[in-house]
Amino acid sequence: MFYNKAMNPILHLNKVFDNRIRLGIMSALMVNDEINFNDLKELLQITDGNLASHIKGLEESGYIEVQKGFIGRKTNTTYKVTTEGKLAFNKHLTALEQMINSTK
Amino acid sequence: MNNANLKQQEELQQIKQMMERSSRFVSLSGLSGIAAGTCALSGAYFANNEIMHSHSGVLLDLDTNLYASSLNGNFSIISLLENKLVQIAILTFLSALISSFIFTILRSKRTNVSVLSTTSKRLFINITVPLLVGGIFLFKLIMLGVVGLIAPGCLLFYGLALVNASKYTLTEVRYLGYTQLLLGALNLFFIGKGLFFWAIGFGILHIIYGLLMWLKYERQ
Repeated sequence: MFYNKAMNPILHLNKVFDNRIRLGIMSALMVNDEINFNDLKELLQITDGNLASHIKGLEESGYIEVQKGFIGRKTNTTYKVTTEGKLAFNKHLTALEQMINSTK
Repeated sequence: MNNANLKQQEELQQIKQMMERSSRFVSLSGLSGIAAGTCALSGAYFANNEIMHSHSGVLLDLDTNLYASSLNGNFSIISLLENKLVQIAILTFLSALISSFIFTILRSKRTNVSVLSTTSKRLFINITVPLLVGGIFLFKLIMLGVVGLIAPGCLLFYGLALVNASKYTLTEVRYLGYTQLLLGALNLFFIGKGLFFWAIGFGILHIIYGLLMWLKYERQ
């Protein structure tokens, strides 16, 4: 199959999502308005520290935003995907699909 | 190239799985459907017996007493609760609810998913709101003596609740909802055959649905 380098879908794959956990966090946030820390932890079945570090990575990329709040006296930190994050994730998805289709 | 392709397919699969798991409560057991359907069928059986024994055997006539009391302004919750059919209905509802809860709790224990999760709460709210509104509406119908609309009303509101809730659980629930809506709408044109439609909707459809879901997701 013919394609030039600029069209190569591999170039559209996002490095930030090249990790099972970050990909998982993004996938979950794409279909939910917001998810709190504990629910994310249960979904991904990982430790607090591990989750926190990946969340930080996504936050620094500007893909998710953090909202700190309270339920009664307990802290409740929730996460949301940003518009930028949505765009980046969709681009990543399209690239994945293109790669699969191009090798079929 | 083939290996890379496999990796990407896996990745897409993971994304899909995570999207599903984070937004839907999928521990709903097929056995719950079968249990609820069985309760409904036995409830319908007892209700039918009751109707045959009391009045002329037509469902529409069953509540002449109730109707009369509502016209006299003597309508009370107590007189409603003294009605045998209402008692059967309440018992049927409770046993169906409890038995279906039990099977779903068992299933979520087996699959290691919490029954009290954000997804299950969301499912619960989305099924409860239409049902509650339907309940109030049907209660008012009973008070007005419009018994002929009770069975189609149950089917219609339940169908709406299922269609609404299907976004938060197994997608197949949507089709169960559509069939209930269809039955309920059909029943509107066969007033008086309410118990028959009710037994098909809440009994037989639940059993068929539960069996299909059990075969698809749970059989080992």
